[in-house]
Amino acid sequence: MYDPTVARLTYRALLGRRRAALLAVLPALLLLIATVVRVMDLADQDVAVNLLSGFALATMVPLIGVIAGTGAIGPEIDDGSIVYLLSKPVKRPTIIVTKLVVAVAVTMAFSALPVLLAGFILVGGDQQIAVAFALAALFASLAYSALFLLLGTVTRHAVVFGLVYALLWETLIGSLMPGARTLSVQQWGLAVADEVVASGVRLDADVSLGPAAVLIAVVTVAGTWYAGQRLKVLTLAGEE
Amino acid sequence: MQADPTHPGGGTSDTPGHAASIHNIGYRSYEGARLGRGYARRSLFAQSLRGGYGLGRSARSKVTPMLLFGIMCVPALVVVAVAIATGVDELPVDYRAYASFLAPVIGLYLAAMAPQSVSRDLRFRTVPLYFSRPIERVDYVLAKYAAMAAALFVFTAVPLLVLYAGALLGELDFAEQTRDLALGLVSVAVLSLVYAGIGLVVAALTPRRGFGVAAIIAVLTIPYFAVTTVQFIASESGGDGTAAVGWLGLASPGTLMSGFQAKFLGAPSDFPGRVVPSDAAGLCYLLLVLALVAGSYAVLMARYRKAGL
Repeated sequence: MYDPTVARLTYRALLGRRRAALLAVLPALLLLIATVVRVMDLADQDVAVNLLSGFALATMVPLIGVIAGTGAIGPEIDDGSIVYLLSKPVKRPTIIVTKLVVAVAVTMAFSALPVLLAGFILVGGDQQIAVAFALAALFASLAYSALFLLLGTVTRHAVVFGLVYALLWETLIGSLMPGARTLSVQQWGLAVADEVVASGVRLDADVSLGPAAVLIAVVTVAGTWYAGQRLKVLTLAGEE
Repeated sequence: MQADPTHPGGGTSDTPGHAASIHNIGYRSYEGARLGRGYARRSLFAQSLRGGYGLGRSARSKVTPMLLFGIMCVPALVVVAVAIATGVDELPVDYRAYASFLAPVIGLYLAAMAPQSVSRDLRFRTVPLYFSRPIERVDYVLAKYAAMAAALFVFTAVPLLVLYAGALLGELDFAEQTRDLALGLVSVAVLSLVYAGIGLVVAALTPRRGFGVAAIIAVLTIPYFAVTTVQFIASESGGDGTAAVGWLGLASPGTLMSGFQAKFLGAPSDFPGRVVPSDAAGLCYLLLVLALVAGSYAVLMARYRKAGL
């Protein structure tokens, strides 16, 4: 289910050229803010939770998920070069699984690691805030990558739809309709963080850990399976 | 073989063969009116503005702009309906706060439409075809900029008009509502100019498909979330931090607009702690708005110097 050559090509597509710079901007900004806050001696628990949930988990992780998830397959379908990959004796679900593994690895490397670092810069090991948010970012990356990889195989406008989900659904609609927050990857991640963090910190996740874990698993597995199905029946169309 | 009068030089015995003859196949010269540069500029503006809503394009291209436009107007309709039904004496949403309330929708619209307007011309190398018409670089840039700004203005001003109509139907104070609407329209006009400039510059610099969309969203949202988070932390710390909130707002397009309208148009401040920028900061807001508009124009002009022919 894992093909090293496909993986190598996907890594190169994701981290080559300007995309890597785009991916690195957000973590760099997070670390910069964390360092400045620490140097100015403003860092306490509330600030750390605010920065890590408001900026890292709400903005950085979904955006990196969109870039890595759709970027793993979208451009190839777009410019038609996927036919060269599909014409090789590699099973299409294998291609999807490999690309998912790469997308997850990239998303985790560019989101969970900086979150962990930023957490340690801000409050050190206090209340396990850093570890909790890093784990939240880790699980959120998994679900986001599967979701946006699927989008990449379903529509040519994957980036737009991915951003609509990440920005509109999770922030705007979530703030208007509390029910929508149950179906938000960000809240599932927050549920994980809520479980790990020491009892002194309140995170107000809208979902409890059980349903969150189930939903993450379902989204990841079902998304990957359906993306494989989509790739099996993929037809190539010219640009509009 | 007789000499053909329509084939001058052809068919006579002193030419080596028929291959060398020049045929007059009856092309006619154009003698109608030449509509000129102004007409071409207006056409490009109108076509780009219509393109901003998918008019004159395929049904699939209409979906995104029309859907976003719908999302933009629905809250206004709901607010109006609730306000009339409950008979309040003031709209629950300020005209000037409406655009910042729906900033993600505006961002998505810009991200979807700015690449549509300029990236495709660059990607398919059709820009030289425009310049084969009697227009100059400045006409192309101005028409595209004006069209994008006008499309954004329609996008942001129509919901305000809906609110206004609702306010008048609900028999709220006419003078106050009209004054607030006018200020609201000024605020969305400034927003349209600034955002259109940012969107077009990013789209013109990243003609690759999908990349422009992501880049515009990134430019609009990442600084916004970063700035609001830092502002929050600064305002929590009190003292100098509260003053810093106003200055920090300069660092992202979204907070720039919030601070600008809070300072100059009397809008309720979005900043943490309801901070309004100081006079010195306010001057910087004004200068930065002007610099962004002028700067976008200059960058676009420079961009098309290279892409011209």
